Amino acid sequence: MAKRIDVSGLNVFYSKFLAVQDVSIAIEPRTVTALIGPSGCGKSTFLRTLNRMHEVIPRARVEGKVMLDGEDIYAADVDPVNVRRTIGMVFQKPNPFPTMSIYDNVVAGLRLQRRWKEAELDTIVERSLRSANLWAEVEDRLGKPGAGLSGGQQQRLCIARAIAVEPQVLLMDEPCSALDPISTLAIEDLIGELKERYTIVIVTHNMQQAARVSDRTGFFNLAGVGQPGRLIEYDDTERIFTNPNEKKTEEYITGRFG
Amino acid sequence: MDDDERRDTIGTGHVAPRRSASSLAVGRSSRGDVIFRQLARGSGILLLLIIIAIAAFLVSKAVPAIAKDKSNFLTFTGWDPDGNPPKFGIAPLAAGTLITSALALIMGVPVAVGVALFISHYAPRRMAQLLGAMVDLLAAVPSIVYGLFGLIYLVPAMAKFQGLLHKYFGFIPIFSSTGFYTKSLLVAGVVLAIMILPIVAAISREVFLQTPREHVEAALALGATKWEVMRTAVIPYGRPGIISATVLGFGRALGETIAVALVLPITFKVTLKILDIQGNSIAAEIAVYYGDAGKVGRGALIAAGLVLFAMTLLVNLIARAIVARRRDFRAAAA
Repeated sequence: MAKRIDVSGLNVFYSKFLAVQDVSIAIEPRTVTALIGPSGCGKSTFLRTLNRMHEVIPRARVEGKVMLDGEDIYAADVDPVNVRRTIGMVFQKPNPFPTMSIYDNVVAGLRLQRRWKEAELDTIVERSLRSANLWAEVEDRLGKPGAGLSGGQQQRLCIARAIAVEPQVLLMDEPCSALDPISTLAIEDLIGELKERYTIVIVTHNMQQAARVSDRTGFFNLAGVGQPGRLIEYDDTERIFTNPNEKKTEEYITGRFG
Repeated sequence: MDDDERRDTIGTGHVAPRRSASSLAVGRSSRGDVIFRQLARGSGILLLLIIIAIAAFLVSKAVPAIAKDKSNFLTFTGWDPDGNPPKFGIAPLAAGTLITSALALIMGVPVAVGVALFISHYAPRRMAQLLGAMVDLLAAVPSIVYGLFGLIYLVPAMAKFQGLLHKYFGFIPIFSSTGFYTKSLLVAGVVLAIMILPIVAAISREVFLQTPREHVEAALALGATKWEVMRTAVIPYGRPGIISATVLGFGRALGETIAVALVLPITFKVTLKILDIQGNSIAAEIAVYYGDAGKVGRGALIAAGLVLFAMTLLVNLIARAIVARRRDFRAAAA
C-alpha cells in the first residue's frame, strides 16, 4: 500500500517568486520523514507540492519532478484530483466539515469516489476511527457534528477521514501545533502505528516531536531574507540530531536560531 | 491626549494603573455607554411598535369588512365587496400570490445560486467583479420597469414557449390549456423570478465567499473536483444563507405589486393551470382596485393585505425553523 517518493530538482514558485529551490529527496515507503526548519523556510510549501495542493493557489507552480513509485505526479496526463486521492493530507488546523456528522466526515472522501453500500461504509468508518484511535470516544455519537469534538479529537477525526480512502502516502502539515500536549502525544503515538502501513511526511516546528516520531529528517532553511528556501540536509533523524553534517543544522537543532 | 489615555476612555477593563483615579470615576465613557444603550433599546422598541401598529391597523379595518361579507371569506371565489349583498373571498388572490411566488422561487433560486457560485468560485476576478456589478444593477431596476418589460416583451415572446410547454407537457394537469397564450401565472412567475434573482444571488455570493479556506482545502485534499468542493464544502456551509436569501426573495415575490399587476389577467378563479389566462395576486388586486373601491371594498382590500402580512410572517417563521434545525452543525463550526 505504501509507496516511495523521489523528488528531483524541484523549484516551487508563487507567480514569479521562487519560494523553494532545487529540492531533491528520496522518501522510503513505511517511514516517517520529518521536515523541520524556521518559519517561512518553505517546508509547508514543499509538502504541499507532494500532493499537488500547491497549485490550488492562483498562479502557483512548480518545476522539477516528483515521482510516486516511479510515476511522475506532474506528468501532463496526470489528474491532480487522482494524485490527491492517492496522497492524503492532514492540516495544521483541524478542519472537519462543520456541516457533517462524525460519520459523514469519515466517509466524505469515499463518497466522492463512488456509491457505497451502508454496510461497507459502516465497516470502513469503524476501521478508520479505530486506526485513528478515536473509535472508543465517539462510537456512541457518530451522528453528532464533527466540529463538536475537542481539538485533539477533531484532528484524529481528520486523520480518520484521510486514511478512510486508503491513501499510499499521508502528508501532515504541523498536525499538532494547535493541540495541547496530551492530544499531541495521542497523535504522535498514532503516527508510530500508521507508519506500519503508510509513507508519512510530517512538517513540524517542534524538534522534540521530529526526534520522537521520525526515521528521517530534512532540514529546510533560507539563505537570507527574500531568498528561496532550500533543503539544507536530509539524513537519519538520529544523525541529524546528534551529529549533523551542516553547521546551520546544528545551530538550528541546538536552538541558536529559528 | 496621548494614546494611552485614549485607550482608557474606551473602558475595556484593562485600565492602565497610572491613570487609575480618573479612569475609575464616572466619566464620558460610561455616559456614552448609557446613551448608546438607550438608543439601541429605543430603536428595538420602535421597530416592535411599528409592527404592532401595522398589524393593529390591518386588523381594525379588516375585521368590520369581513363581518359584512355574505360569502365565506376564505373559500369564495369572487370579489364584489361593494355589491349588495357584499361578497368577496381571499382564495383566488392568495392562491395566485402563492403560485406566482413559488414559480419565481423554482425558476429564480437555482439560477441565482448558480450565478453566485460562478461569481464566487469560478469566474476570473475581473469577470466576477463585472458580473457582481450587473447583479447589483439588476436589483436597482424599479419594479415598474420589470412590469413593462413583462407586459410588452415577455407576454408576446412567451406565447410560443407556453404553447410548446402545453404541447409536450400538456399531460401534466398544470400545463393544460385553452390554446390561447397571453398573460398567465407562468409569465408572472418569470417576471418575479427575474426580480428576485439579484437579491438571492447577492446574498448567496456573500455566504459562498465566506466558506473558510480550510474547508475548501480539506475537500481538495480528499481528491474532490471543483464541483465536488462546491458540493461537500461550499454549498453546505452556505445553506443557511441560501435559505435566508430564498426567504427574502419569497417575501419580495409575495409582496410585489405593480409588475405582477401588469402581467396577470386579474381574474377570480382558483387554478393551478399556470398557462391559462387566469390569475391574480393580493398585492396586484389592491393596487388595481383600491382607487375605485367603496367603503366596504377598501376594508375588503385591507383584509386581503392582512392575509398577505400573515403569509409573509409565516414564511419567515418557517425559514427560521429550517435554519435553526441545523444549528448544531453550524454553531460548532466557529
